[in-house]
Amino acid sequence: MEQARQTTGLVVRDAVVRYGATRRRPGSVAVDGVSLDVAAGEIVALLGPSGCGKSSLLRAVAGLEPLVGGTVAFDGADLAGVPVHRRGFGLLFQDGQLFPHRDVGRNVAYGLETQGVPRAERASRVADLLADVGLADYAGRSVATLSGGEKQRVALARALAPRPRLLLLDEPLSALDRRLRERLAVDVRDTLKATGTTAVFVTHDHDEAFTVADRVAVMDAGRLLQVDAPDVLLRAPAGPRVAEFLGLPPADVPDSPDAPASSGARTATVTTSSGHDVV
Amino acid sequence: MDGHGRRLRRPTTPRWGAWLGWGAAVALPLGFLAVFFAWPVVSLVLQGFFTETPAGRELDLSGFVEVLSQERTWRIVGQTLAQALTGTLLSVLLGLPGAYVLYRCRFPGRTLVRGLVTVPFVLPSVVVGVAFRALFAPGGPLGWAHLEESFAGIVLALVFFNYAVVVRTVGGMWERLDPRAEQAARALGATPWRAFRTVTLPALGPAIASAAAVVFLFCATAFGVVLVLGGLRYGTIETEIWTRTTQFLDLRSAAVLSVLQLVVVGAALLVSSRARARRERALHLTSDRVSAHRLRLRAGADLVPALVTLVVVAGLLVLPMAGLVTRSLHAPDGSWGLDNYVALGTTGGRNALTVTVWEALGNSLRTASWAALIAVVVGGLVALVVSRRPRRAGLRRAVGVLDAAFMLPLGVSAVTVGFGFLITLDRPLGLDVDLRTSGALVPIAQAVVAIPLVVRTMLPVLRAIDPRLREAAATLGAAPGRVLRTVDGPLGARSLGLAIGFAFAVSLGEFGATSFLARPDTATLPVVIYRLIGRPGAENYGMALAASVVLAVLTATVMMVAERLRGDRPGGEF
Repeated sequence: MEQARQTTGLVVRDAVVRYGATRRRPGSVAVDGVSLDVAAGEIVALLGPSGCGKSSLLRAVAGLEPLVGGTVAFDGADLAGVPVHRRGFGLLFQDGQLFPHRDVGRNVAYGLETQGVPRAERASRVADLLADVGLADYAGRSVATLSGGEKQRVALARALAPRPRLLLLDEPLSALDRRLRERLAVDVRDTLKATGTTAVFVTHDHDEAFTVADRVAVMDAGRLLQVDAPDVLLRAPAGPRVAEFLGLPPADVPDSPDAPASSGARTATVTTSSGHDVV
Repeated sequence: MDGHGRRLRRPTTPRWGAWLGWGAAVALPLGFLAVFFAWPVVSLVLQGFFTETPAGRELDLSGFVEVLSQERTWRIVGQTLAQALTGTLLSVLLGLPGAYVLYRCRFPGRTLVRGLVTVPFVLPSVVVGVAFRALFAPGGPLGWAHLEESFAGIVLALVFFNYAVVVRTVGGMWERLDPRAEQAARALGATPWRAFRTVTLPALGPAIASAAAVVFLFCATAFGVVLVLGGLRYGTIETEIWTRTTQFLDLRSAAVLSVLQLVVVGAALLVSSRARARRERALHLTSDRVSAHRLRLRAGADLVPALVTLVVVAGLLVLPMAGLVTRSLHAPDGSWGLDNYVALGTTGGRNALTVTVWEALGNSLRTASWAALIAVVVGGLVALVVSRRPRRAGLRRAVGVLDAAFMLPLGVSAVTVGFGFLITLDRPLGLDVDLRTSGALVPIAQAVVAIPLVVRTMLPVLRAIDPRLREAAATLGAAPGRVLRTVDGPLGARSLGLAIGFAFAVSLGEFGATSFLARPDTATLPVVIYRLIGRPGAENYGMALAASVVLAVLTATVMMVAERLRGDRPGGEF
């Protein structure tokens, strides 16, 4: 794994997240000592089965879950004790979470309002962003009238509006149908690259991860198994579990002691779980 | 403010700010509850345990022995339980078909009927008592049934009140029950009745249990309606407390009865909170879609509930209200006319009152406005705090305790509260102001009664806000205060309208505590109505009827307006 001392971008070291911990019970471990670097302008996908802890890691980076151990730093500054709203990170939920009492334009403007951006500047930026995501005339629409794909586009525009230092995307396309998902994955990458946004993209779909990300981090049972560029991952998976999850035949992989012997176990990838995915 | 602060990126959180804010949000309601509820009630209860001797206070349980050995006490306890159980059972049995017809079927005029069904719940208890008395009186529409001062008469009035609780609580859940479970049972060969019994009824179970517990609570603490209808032969623990205090001046045995009442109410509250927790879990089984079909009168499955509902609505709900209006138009000399309404500008025959009825109406509106304001501020803060789920288990438990504490006024008799005010607030907290003569006590007592309703109205709406919506706002740079203002505020505002209306309507009709606290010159409308029916003379009785109509129209209007503000969202438990 890459352990270079970075001074820009996101640096996560030995992060541990637990759920249901009390003084007597330790609770269940969702993220178990993960270290991950994301350079400025880079898009990293967190890929893993349901319940592997990828959403928990994302929420810990956003400041929505407390870390039990380890650190999260950005541009060299430790973020311990910095509340969610002062981190300058954007977050995109699986189901958008648009504000139902605001129209499309006012949803996108929300982050700009909190920054105190003047009205005229706000309006032009909202218009630009809506045009970027292909919804140019939608500012006055009620969010209840949008389709699933349109909602996610608005949510993306809303998250990008305050120019976040880092954008966290939590399975943003999972609730959509396959064709829309494939098209939007390309759109999301183009938008992120065009705006030069640093991003962490959580998904359980390897095709989506390869489409969107510069590097892919494969996660299972709260641990990172491998972080590499898509072509490296496909050429040299680090173990049977990674290969299994990428859908590669197990024969290509060097044997390891905990590898399942029969190929029949390949279908059981999604059932392994040691923590809870929040979303 | 914080929008600009964000750019500075301060490295640490000013945590004390959040603690201070939430601390105040908890402290203000708790302080209010402690001074204006716990202290009076506890002081009153202690009167039953201690006697004043020259040497000081001494523990003395002889009051209990004395009261509990009276045959009259056990007759009253028996009557309270029998009335409450019968009233609850009948409300549930009649309410289930009503919930089906009004929430699972579609037909023209459904919204109107739903509104009509809700009206009795907010009608002042004194008005309901007067309406049923007019109905049962010799010469009244049901005079032939001899229900005056009878057990059956009281139970019917209780059902009149609480039918809406069952219909709305169960209907609200039924409406959102996924119909495919029942369809699956039908596809497996079950008859419609069997599918209902084995699939739908168990799914509705928690809602039914929760409604039944609330109805039992209301029936067991019924005051005004029993006082007016029961005469000398029938009563509840609540009316007995009132009688012993005001008629016999026997504070000690009244205090003992208050303890007895607390035991009954505590048990009912326990059952109700269990049922509520189960229901909130069961809500996950329901869908967001409302599934209702057109009412099909050809099919027996729809015809029977429709007929039952028609009979209940027409016979039990509309008849007493219509009877009240008709009788109020009957002048004392036997002719038809508005004489009774004209007389509302007077103080009654032989000056039965100190103020005119219109002046009493002014008093009512003034005190109810203050009461609604207090109740919404205090109750709103409680709902806001209770709607949060803190991460720490200890804090979560504390929030649960706060929730339960503010349900207590729902069960503790208003009479106990009013009576407790009288014995404690002559020099509150050692201050040299006698609150009892200041006139401030009436709205405060009414607010105490209204707060649980405000909390129950606002809480489901605030809880239904997806926590991730707040998280989304926070990641967009909104500080906690701003999240509260821009997310919880606008989304909770709809329930605020209903809560204000509820608090105002309940305060308008409040009788138990007000009857203790209102001075003759600041008497409210319910107090005046009760005084009028207690005085002899057809003139006074006619005025009582007319005043009841005025009060009923007023509360119903307030409620209808508030109901409009709610829109078509689920939520609210009554």
